[in-house]
Amino acid sequence: MSLQPVSPTPASAGAPRQTLRNWETDVVVRVEHLTMRFGGLVAVDNLSFDVGRGDITSLIGPNGAGKTTVFNCLTGFYKPTEGRMIMAHTPSAFANLEARTQEGRRYFADDGLYLLERMPDMEIAAIGKVARTFQNIRLFGGMTLLENLMVAQHNALIVASGYTFGGIFGLPSYRKGEREAIELAKYWLEKTNLIDRADDPAADLPYGDQRRLEIARAMCTRPKVLCLDEPAAGLNPKESSELNTLLRQIRDDEGISVLLIEHDMSVVMEISDHVVVLDYGRKISDGAPQDVRSDPKVIAAYLGVDDEEVDAVEAEVGQETAERGGGHVRVVDAEAAQTLKEISSRGVAKDPKGDGR
Amino acid sequence: MAALNAAPAAEENIVVASLKDAILAGVLALILFSIIVGLRTDAGAGGLQITTEWDRVLWMAAVTAVGRFLLNIFFWKRAGGPKGLSDVLPDFNRAGHVSRFLGPLMLGIAVTLPFIVMVLVPGQSRYYVDLGVLVLTYVMLGWGLNIVVGLAGLLDLGYVAFYAVGAYSYALLSQYFDLGFWVCLPLAGILAAFWGIILGFPVLRLRGDYLAIVTLAFGEIIRIVLLNWFELTNGPNGITQIPRPTFFGLDFTRDEGGFADFFGLEYAAIHRIIFLYYIILALALITNWVTLRLRKLPIGRAWEALREDEIACRSLGINTTNTKLSAFAIGAMFGGFAGAFFATRQGFISPESFTFLESAIILAIVVLGGLGSQMGVVFASLVMIGGFEMFRNLEEFRVLVFGLLMVLIMIWKPRGLVSTRNPTVFLKERKAVSADLVSQGEGH
Amino acid sequence: MEYFVQQLINGLTLGSIYGLIAIGYTMVYGIIGMINFAHGDIFMVGSFIAMILIVALGITAGAGFIVLILALMLVLLMAMLFTSAWGWTVERIAYRPLRGSFRLAPLITAIGMSIVLQNFVQIVQGARVKPLPPLVSGGYTIMDGNNFDVQISNIQILILVTTVVLMGVFTYIINKTALGRSLRACEQDRKMASLVGINVDRTISLTFVLGAALAAVAGFMYLLYYGVIDFYIGFIAGVKAFTAAVLGGIGSLPGAMLGGILIGLIETFWSGYFSVEYKDVAAFFILAAVLIFMPSGLLGKPEVEKV
Repeated sequence: MSLQPVSPTPASAGAPRQTLRNWETDVVVRVEHLTMRFGGLVAVDNLSFDVGRGDITSLIGPNGAGKTTVFNCLTGFYKPTEGRMIMAHTPSAFANLEARTQEGRRYFADDGLYLLERMPDMEIAAIGKVARTFQNIRLFGGMTLLENLMVAQHNALIVASGYTFGGIFGLPSYRKGEREAIELAKYWLEKTNLIDRADDPAADLPYGDQRRLEIARAMCTRPKVLCLDEPAAGLNPKESSELNTLLRQIRDDEGISVLLIEHDMSVVMEISDHVVVLDYGRKISDGAPQDVRSDPKVIAAYLGVDDEEVDAVEAEVGQETAERGGGHVRVVDAEAAQTLKEISSRGVAKDPKGDGR
Repeated sequence: MAALNAAPAAEENIVVASLKDAILAGVLALILFSIIVGLRTDAGAGGLQITTEWDRVLWMAAVTAVGRFLLNIFFWKRAGGPKGLSDVLPDFNRAGHVSRFLGPLMLGIAVTLPFIVMVLVPGQSRYYVDLGVLVLTYVMLGWGLNIVVGLAGLLDLGYVAFYAVGAYSYALLSQYFDLGFWVCLPLAGILAAFWGIILGFPVLRLRGDYLAIVTLAFGEIIRIVLLNWFELTNGPNGITQIPRPTFFGLDFTRDEGGFADFFGLEYAAIHRIIFLYYIILALALITNWVTLRLRKLPIGRAWEALREDEIACRSLGINTTNTKLSAFAIGAMFGGFAGAFFATRQGFISPESFTFLESAIILAIVVLGGLGSQMGVVFASLVMIGGFEMFRNLEEFRVLVFGLLMVLIMIWKPRGLVSTRNPTVFLKERKAVSADLVSQGEGH
Repeated sequence: MEYFVQQLINGLTLGSIYGLIAIGYTMVYGIIGMINFAHGDIFMVGSFIAMILIVALGITAGAGFIVLILALMLVLLMAMLFTSAWGWTVERIAYRPLRGSFRLAPLITAIGMSIVLQNFVQIVQGARVKPLPPLVSGGYTIMDGNNFDVQISNIQILILVTTVVLMGVFTYIINKTALGRSLRACEQDRKMASLVGINVDRTISLTFVLGAALAAVAGFMYLLYYGVIDFYIGFIAGVKAFTAAVLGGIGSLPGAMLGGILIGLIETFWSGYFSVEYKDVAAFFILAAVLIFMPSGLLGKPEVEKV
């Protein structure tokens, strides 16, 4: 049993590492040999990576790289074809991992060990404490913001309501539970700057607010890991920077690990502690942002050229080339190439509506 | 055909355009009705005989053409004129806003109705109280189904099955075990809920429309079983002499020791009808109270969330199967109560009373009223059932008018009569949510 | 064995009728995603029109074979024509104003139209059953058992042949003609189809017309096969046909036919071997079982849940 990442990708071209990173010492979610096939299509191919506890981890990659599929596997919406996904509520959860896996149960609450690939989606959220948002926002549009956040606390409230029987006669325990739920909802509405609209229907909110509300709703489930699927998609620069602040708060103040899929490099590079890069369902790079940024494989994936050509491309800002998916060449105009060359520093919202499958 | 689709003519002479359209409509009506109306078949001595009814066809075509012409010229084609029914007819939505006063008002009327009726129309009081009982039965059924369809967004086309289970539970329990109404009422509800869970468990993970068709199938299965299981249910002949409810042990009979005798009143048949009226009123109000209460509890919010987005519910750790089952079972339970009441009111039940049409009427009440709206169910029941009774003198045309009414109201108000949603919890102020934002449940 | 073959023939005949109605359901569902509850009643209207025409034209079994066949073809064509007009009108009145509206609204208008059609026919044609003396009689004994002869009647042959021919024509229309192409395009994506210049409203109207024409054929065959109809036949046949459409995989045309035949077979075999009373129960149970264990039906495309 080691705490090393399963298949560590050496951070290339970076400075020699002095210390072990957080995701190498304290893992909250471990993905091992994850493979997901749809018919003949391999969306995720033997993917392994670790998410460090208390980190903001970004999953990036070109469109169709399989990022959203990884999320759907993690949160139980898809059953992976192969592989293991471990949620560790405590660092010690890994102690008896192999023995526990043999036991055939889905989770071991005493150890804080949850084998996500065995659990149905609602259990992953309720017991595994993994919350998520969706790429194409899924709010309860006809319900108010406050109601949305109350629904998120369903499992706590249903116990407080004595499985409805107590609640129907208005027992005090339920009233107390509901008050607490409203307090939590208010807390997150304030954090996401939505408190003024608490009594409006969610579908009435502008796009950016809906994204934040979805995060608030996920937070109201009191998760240990928060999975965000392109939270900055469609946001303007101001909203985007507010989002960064919010995510940092979630990490620093609440101590929650965040795993996010993002196309907006300004978000990724600014707030990530750890970046995992996918292309065609495989991991091509894994490390700290500054290491990943300069990884030729990553640049190649984003520019869509063969590895050997990276230097050439970097050198002469290409005019030629073609479309993604077709092969290795594509049209890259001067501006895009420029941006991509320094993939991080300036940052560009690359295809905000892109779909990671 | 093209003229029928023509956009409102701004420059073209609207009279000419309307005329063209009206003539086309008339010709179409002529074609449609020519055979099916013009040639009436009747069984005669040597098989079917034809009677021609061309005058009827001409009349119907003429009415169609003239009606269409008038509608065109006054509404559809007039520039700036109303575009659809919703622009012409009054907006019921306000009723949703003033329901704070309307609710208590209607409750007051409901509670005092028998006495109002006895004062206003003493000769026909029996008829009107009976009508009240009928309307309230549908209100209760509508409220019960509203939990399933309106709140949880599960399309149930076989709700009448639970109504039947309730009715037969009481009828059979009283027949075989000699139990009274008040003992059987809760049992009927429990049995119906039990059946709701049994039927619901396998089918609730189906997508919306599949769920609809399977519930329809189950409704039919229950009816067919009731029809054919002679030993138990007496088949199509039904069960007769189902005991009437008693008032704390007092029968509503002319005999000594009956209700009238005990209270020293002169015996009158209407006593029992009024008593039945208050039973169904109480049952309906209980249904309403429980529903309103449940809506504000986590379970009710989960139902509505389920209707809005099932996948999001699952991502929040809500057990969607249990949530759906609870809606199904509670809806079924109220259907069962109503069924037991129906049995005791009629004194006789047969599978005839539990056809698909009945399910369709209840569903229509819920949808026409406005999904999820308690007040809407009351309006829709009044319009549909009360209206249906008002058209009594139309005799055979009554059901036809009923069907047309269903179509017209739906086109007029696709979201139902009362189409706002009241939030279940609020911080500062309770703002009604416009129905356009509320999902009807896609039933993933 | 003989008994089995006989039931098979009967089941196929009945199944053909269900299949033809089911196509109407499956097409409408495929293109606008609604259960057209009035479709069973369109079938009933078609059956009535055929019956009226047969009586009005004075067609009897006494006429010569050729004359009879020609006369019946004429009746069939007219029934298809008039029933199509009904199908078109129902769509125009009750469904088109609700295009793009909320999901349940068209369902309720469909139920409303179903009630209207039933009662309309009941009023104008009377509530009593309409018996028709058999027009096509005779048949062939195809297997000689010890005490049971397997027979296929001429009317069964007629039904099966008509169904096969119609399916051929229909498959051609869907797969090879411009109309079929726009129909398939609208089924895939209505918005996109309208963007590339397909008249979506007209295509949907045509779907209803085609479905009604096939329902008229089914109504015609039902009339000849059973020799008696009433205004209520549409409901139960409609439910069965919808069951068939779902069983075969809703949206799939061959699926609808296959589902229809399966439902017909289940029903006849159940009646033949178990009990006539519970034949509908058997059909509905099969439906529930298929939906639960094979939600996309026999030939439907499996659906991947989009998250």
